[in-house]
Formats: sequence, C-alpha cells, structure tokens
Amino acid sequence: MNAARAPLIGRSVERKEDHRFLTGVGQYTDDIVLPGQSYGFFLRSPHAHARIRSIDAGAARGAPGVLAIFTGEDLAGIGGLPCGWLIKSVDGTPMKEPKHPVLAEGKVRHVGEQVALVVAESAAQAKAAAALIEVDYEILPAVVETAAAAASGTAVHDLAADNVCYTWSIGDEGAVTAAFARAAHVTTLRLVNNRLIPNALEPRAANAAHSPGDDSYTLYVTSQNPHVERLLMTAFVLGIPEHKMRVVAPDVGGGFGSKIYLYAEETALVWASKRVGRPIKWTAERSESFLTDAHGRDHVSTAELALDAQGHFLALRVHTTANMGAYLSTFASCIPTILYATLLAGQYATPHIYCTVQAVFTNTTPVDAYRGAGRPEATYLLERIVERAARELRIDPVELRRRNFIRKFPHATPVGLTYDTGDYDATLSRVIDLADVAGYAARKQASAAKGLLRGLGYSCYIEACGLAPSNIAGALGARAGLFEAAEVRVHPTGKVTVFTGSHSHGQGHETTFAQVVADRLGLSLEDVDIQHGDTGKVLFGMGTYGSRSLAVGGSAIVKALDKIISKGKKIAAHLLEASDADVEFEHGEFRIAGTDRKKAFAEIALAAYVPHNYPLGTLEPGLNENAFYDPTNFTYPAGSYVCEVEVDPLTGKVRVDRFSASDDFGNVINPMIVEGQVQGGIAQGIGQALLEGCRYNEDGQLLTGSFTDYALPRADDMPALAIELAPGTPCTHNPLGAKGCGEAGAIGTPPAVINAVLDALAPLGVTDIDMPATPHRVWEAIRRHAR
Amino acid sequence: MAVPIELTVNGKTVAAEVEADTLLSSFLREHLRLTGTHIGCDTSSCGACTVHVGGRAVKSCNVLVAQLHGSEVTTIEGITPRDGSLHPMQAAFKACHGLQCGFCTAGMVMSAIDLLRHHPHTTDEEIRAGLEGNLCRCTGYQNIVKAVAMAAKAMGRQRP
Repeated sequence: MNAARAPLIGRSVERKEDHRFLTGVGQYTDDIVLPGQSYGFFLRSPHAHARIRSIDAGAARGAPGVLAIFTGEDLAGIGGLPCGWLIKSVDGTPMKEPKHPVLAEGKVRHVGEQVALVVAESAAQAKAAAALIEVDYEILPAVVETAAAAASGTAVHDLAADNVCYTWSIGDEGAVTAAFARAAHVTTLRLVNNRLIPNALEPRAANAAHSPGDDSYTLYVTSQNPHVERLLMTAFVLGIPEHKMRVVAPDVGGGFGSKIYLYAEETALVWASKRVGRPIKWTAERSESFLTDAHGRDHVSTAELALDAQGHFLALRVHTTANMGAYLSTFASCIPTILYATLLAGQYATPHIYCTVQAVFTNTTPVDAYRGAGRPEATYLLERIVERAARELRIDPVELRRRNFIRKFPHATPVGLTYDTGDYDATLSRVIDLADVAGYAARKQASAAKGLLRGLGYSCYIEACGLAPSNIAGALGARAGLFEAAEVRVHPTGKVTVFTGSHSHGQGHETTFAQVVADRLGLSLEDVDIQHGDTGKVLFGMGTYGSRSLAVGGSAIVKALDKIISKGKKIAAHLLEASDADVEFEHGEFRIAGTDRKKAFAEIALAAYVPHNYPLGTLEPGLNENAFYDPTNFTYPAGSYVCEVEVDPLTGKVRVDRFSASDDFGNVINPMIVEGQVQGGIAQGIGQALLEGCRYNEDGQLLTGSFTDYALPRADDMPALAIELAPGTPCTHNPLGAKGCGEAGAIGTPPAVINAVLDALAPLGVTDIDMPATPHRVWEAIRRHAR
Repeated sequence: MAVPIELTVNGKTVAAEVEADTLLSSFLREHLRLTGTHIGCDTSSCGACTVHVGGRAVKSCNVLVAQLHGSEVTTIEGITPRDGSLHPMQAAFKACHGLQCGFCTAGMVMSAIDLLRHHPHTTDEEIRAGLEGNLCRCTGYQNIVKAVAMAAKAMGRQRP
C-alpha cells in the first residue's frame, strides 16, 4: 500500500497545526493560568537617561492585593543579561560589555527600562500599585542619534566614554584602496537603514513557577529558543542549576527575531517566583512591546563602489555606524558585523571589499536581530548603489547586474563566505518574465495619462542562512554552538513522535517536518507528530532564527531517521534470517534485496519493543534515536525581485502596483508554506520601505509607540504578489538540499521598492530618498526639486 | 463597583457580577476562559479580539461587558461546529494557508464572516478594504484574501 503512495515532499499539504488555531484552542503563554496564579507588572522608566536617586515603594506595598515589590537593589547580587557574541575591535580589544541589569541599578538608560516588579493578586492590582511607587530621578542628557552618538559628549555607560561598543572591520583595505585608484568610475551613496519595531502580533509574555518540593522552576515564555533561554538564564544570570529549570515555549504568535532573546522580564519573574511562593504571570501591553521588544536595523552608512570602464565592479568600500541601543541584547553585536558585512558581495564577483563598522550605545531600546538581521541592511546598501551606478553610467540595471554576477561555484567572496551553489541569471530571467517587464512601457504611459508617475525597481539578493558551522561561528566570536538536535521516537505500534530543537511560531514545522519523516519512513502524515518548544521533552535545541529550521533542524531529524532505519535493518535481518547488508528499506518496508521476503516498518517497531525473537546479544531493544547536526557551511538562498510603483506627485502617495519574486531556496518540502513565508517577508519589506519607521525625539522619547503611530502594513497596503519558486540549485552540503526561506522576502524587498520609487521620481530630478518613503517624504523630495 | 450582567455567549446564558470597567475581551478570556479570542494591542488597532455581538463584528477590547446586558456574543469557539468539522471560513483559511502563527486568526475569521454576511459578492479589493481593521504580521494578507474569496463561494452555495 505504501509503495504506491506519492511522495509528500514537494506537495502543498494542508497544515497539521491549523485546526487548533482556527478553532481557538491553540495555547499561547497568556492562555495559561497556573494554580495559585499571581500577576506581575513592571514599573518602567519614563526617562531615556536618568540617575535613580531613590525609590519609595512604601505606599505601593500597602495597596490592595500586593504580594511583593522588587527593585534593582533586591536583585543586585545576580548577573546581568549576557550577550552571546564577542566582537573584537580592529585594535584587538574586546567590545565594551556594560552590565545589562534585570532591574535598573542606579541609572535608567532608555524609556521603558524596567525599574521595579510589582506582584499582586491580579494584573489590575499590580498595575494600580505600581502607580504608587515614587521614583526620584535626576534627569540626564540623552544620546539618541545613531550617527552623532560617538561625538555626543554624554556617555550612556561609564565604561564606554565615547559610546563606542566596538569598531570592527573586514576585508583587505589596501587592495580596496588600490582598486579605487585605478577605477574609471566611482559611485557613492550615503544611506540610512531605518529602525524598525518587530511587532509580532502576540505580545511577549511569561509565567514562572517555583516548585518547593524539588527546588525547581517552570517557565512558560514566548520564546523562539527555549533551551538557549534556559541556558543563559540559569548559567549566566540566576545561578540556578540548569537541570532544575524547565522552559516551555508553547504556541507562540510570531517572533521575527524579537523572541530569540533572553529578556529581563521573564528573568525577574523566575527569580521572584521562589520569593513570592506563587506562580507569576506577566503579559506585555502593546505599548510595552513597542518600548521593550528588541528593535531592528538602525544603520547609517556611506558606501563607494569602484567600477572599470566596462562596468565591472572593482571594489566596494563601506563604513557603517550601527545602533546597539542602551544595552547589548543577546545577539546584538553579531548582527551588523558577522551577519551584515559578510554579505556585501551579494550576487556579484566584486574582487575586493572593505567594511568598517562602528557600533554605538544610545539611550534607546536595545537593537538586535529582526527578520533578516544584517542581511537586509547589506542587500539594501548594495542594491541601492548598484542601481545608482547603473543610472550614472547609463547602463541598463539588469545588464550591469548580469555583467557582475558570480557564475562559478563554489565562490569565495572577499568577505569570508564561500557560496556553494546558485544560478543568479536564472532567477533574474524568471522574475523579468513574471513581472512582465516587456509590458512596462505601456503601463507607464497609462499611468502618465492619469497624471501618475510609474517606476520599476530591481533587487537581487543573497543571504547566508542555516546558521551555522559551530567551529566557524566560534572563531568569529560566537559564545554558543549553532547545531541542532532531534530525537525520533518510534512507538511499539510504529507511530512516530519526533522531538526537534527548532521552534515553530508560524513556520509550520509540525507539517513540513512530518512530511520529511513520513516520506523517509513510508508512513502517513497522521502517523507522525512533531513536538517542540519544551526543554522537558526535547533533548536540546538552538532554536529558530536565521532561516535555519529546515536546513539545520530538518537535517538533524534526517540524521536520526538514518539511525532508525539502520537499526531497523538489523532487526529485520534477524527476523528474516538474512545478513544486515542484504536488507534494504523502501516505502516503509524492510526487504531482502531481490526477494519478496519483507517486514513492514510497524512489525519491526513491535519487535523492537517486544523482543521475543530478537538479537538481544548484539542489539538493544527499543527504537529511539537522537542526532545532532552541525552544518559544514552556511546556506545561500538567493533570488530576484521586481517592484512596480505608482506615485501620485500631488500627494506623494506611493502605491505598490505589482510585485514579483523569483526565489531559489534549493529543495522545497511544502511550496504552499514556503510561498507563505515569502509573502509575509515581502509584506514586512514593503512595510520597511514605505510605512514603518521608529522615531525618537531628542529627549529619547519614543514617538512611534503604538499602532496608531507606527504603521504596520494592512491588507489594503499590499498588492497581489506574483511569487515563483525557482527550480532551484539544491544546497550541496545538507541532506535535504534545503537553503531556508523565512527571511528572503524581508531581505530582498526594500531595495526593489525604493529603486522603483526613485525610478518613478527620476524625471523630476530626485536621486535619493530614505525609508520609509512616506507620502510626506516623497512629497518633500518632489517639492525640493521643483524649486 | 460590581454590576450584575446576563448575556448569551455562544448560545449559552451567562450570568455574572463584574467590575464596571471589565472589557468584553477580558471577560471572555479570564471569566469564561474562552482564550481563542486574543488581545494584540491596547489601542483597538489590531482586531485580534474581534467577536460577534448581535451578529456584527466588534473589537471586544473596545466594549464594556456591562454594556452588553441581554446581548448575544459569539466567539471563534462558538462558530466552530461541534462535530469536529470546520465552518466554511475556517476551512477556507486552512485550504489557502491563510494563517501562520495563528494569533490574529480568530479575529480575522470573525471579521471575514461578518464581511461576507453583509457583502456576499465581494471583489478582492473589497476584501482587502473590509479587513483593514485586522492586522496580520505573518501572511502579507495574500492567502487571507484568497481564503475569504473561497469562503464566499462556499457560503454562497450553502445559503443561496
């Protein structure tokens, strides 16, 4: 029966997880109420930078329902929240790592920093009591602007008087200088990569409980990587034995990076749960999400591209200032370095690249990875400057790109990466068809007849995903391994539960991974369940980020499946009285090669657990295998996007009329899910390009602190998207040939949109605009040139 | 100040004493433990908490439960058939991959049902405009629009 079944891999099967979400029985962290539940509320700093003279919680302690109030003094003995990546400056000195306290100690350094934790019988009582706490602040000048931070004269931290966390570089400066000296043309560009606020729709939440019986803790938390959360919190902050804590990340309502990190709130809750003797729950209000979820991007860069007379790229020189915010979040330091500057070759064979990155502290919310993390910043810079060079040299932008594409693989870039495979001509050609570029001139004319300006923009992106070879990451400063773990547990009836260290918070792992498992074992999708997100169930895991789940987590599952099949062959050989080497496994059956003697997978499973006729002398009973997979290289998803916009010159309003994408993700397991990932990524990319911009005033007050001030794309902001998954060049170094798809849309989209806007505005003489290209900005740019 | 209320939730009569400032969203989640209705913001902007009151889609974070004495409230749990099957709108979301993390989904489904009830023959553009009050951060809306269009056909067949 199984032999006839068509493969599940490559099919858009409906998602196994959808039923619970659609019927309202999913279980998110805030849905969980524990026996004896109490509630926490964090009193937060209203100032961007201030010295705390005193805190008077006397009145609050007597307020109705209050169980306890804690401040930084109570937690002074415990560690700060650690940063997971050590970056060294060009002079060899380690980055500045000021303590990131769980509750503010002596000073506050950004609006929203947690100053006190109030625990009460209800959330409303905790919030009401917090309003009674009197904090005497001595307000200090705030450092806000990224580009001005190093020269501001005010220090965010005493140990970084100039606010510089590190100054880092990559590439051969001498070779770049020499190449510029012989350039026929140099294109320069200064640009800002706008600061974004991730805004997963589920606000962060945590619920921590202490069990006095064995002095252990259970933490339910909105996390993308519960094992990392546990390791960091126990070993580096609270000093709790790691095995005395269970972290559960149940259904999680979107992450986009913002739920990778170890945050102060859950750490304070765990610590306080033992002192209070009751479980404590905290759920962020949206305004708290805006103030305290790690933000993304926030770069100010200058770039110069040297070209020869034929339009070949000779060298690229970049200087970037990156905002870290007030403290180093968990992976903050590696984002504008390891995940940014290493991508500056893009799809091009540029022989020499040199990039310096200055990371600065400011009195703003910490900045860390947000969907794409460094790679959108690199792609935006590169695809903007390539488009500008094409315009300056009057070369068709497609032609200029093709002239510089990498075509031989493997390809070692001058910034540390070796691309294993790709076909950039193919994705560019496909997207040109998909976008009907041939019909563009007619559409432009039709727009002009309506008094509208039409523009078309390209973007060819590459990303490094599948993080990461642990030894390479370690050499680059990672303080963790970046493998993934899996366990395949075959039950006596032949049903299978797979435990994965990857975490699904929308990605559909319960379906995609089950497709892989069901195909390999010849089972039906219903016979396979995927479990994730619980340190009490899953052996270990590095979690989900950097489009790594299938490429790394999926590969770990495949490794474990190989072990299952290998053991199954030994059991089958015994039962069939043959030698191990003669047994083959296909379509769920162990068969002696060339005969019809066979055993079904379920028969082998039963034999493993009821080992009456079993080689007990040489083989353990049971059918359960673990595997850890550590990749040997990054994966390199790539593609080409085309965006077509219509601009109303009277209002400055930009409408995305058409958007086309051709992506090469290598082998694809579930095209429906993969296209969904691209659609969501493109929406966030259009958001960055046209709508979303985090703004602070000069005092460090967040001006965009709600959905009424910070514009997320809504249904009517989005065009219908044309997405095609290219036949693809499979990844050469993981068993699934998968590259990863989660971030591509957010990486490739912003430059396509801005290039289209600038193309539309080019007849008016506009050559530059920063994101987000809001109607106001576009209108101003038009007006500046009209004068 | 506690006030007595009586209303119908998912077809069942519910009588309770609530604080006068209790929002419908917290009443559903905390008092009735109907946690399919989610809270995604504090400015009535995201629509994750959308339920039906008297057959119309309402953001439940924006209504005091004390206002609803005698009203009929339906949540995502209430539109789900008891036999384990799905409402045509739920089925369309599943078939079209109209959800990823699932957090906005209940509100999106409740809004979409209301939209089709009042505009059974919608264009994609009207669906986009009709769902403007519901934020989704995952899908880019493309498959949500597709799902609502598919449900419009299915529900049209059901109720000619």
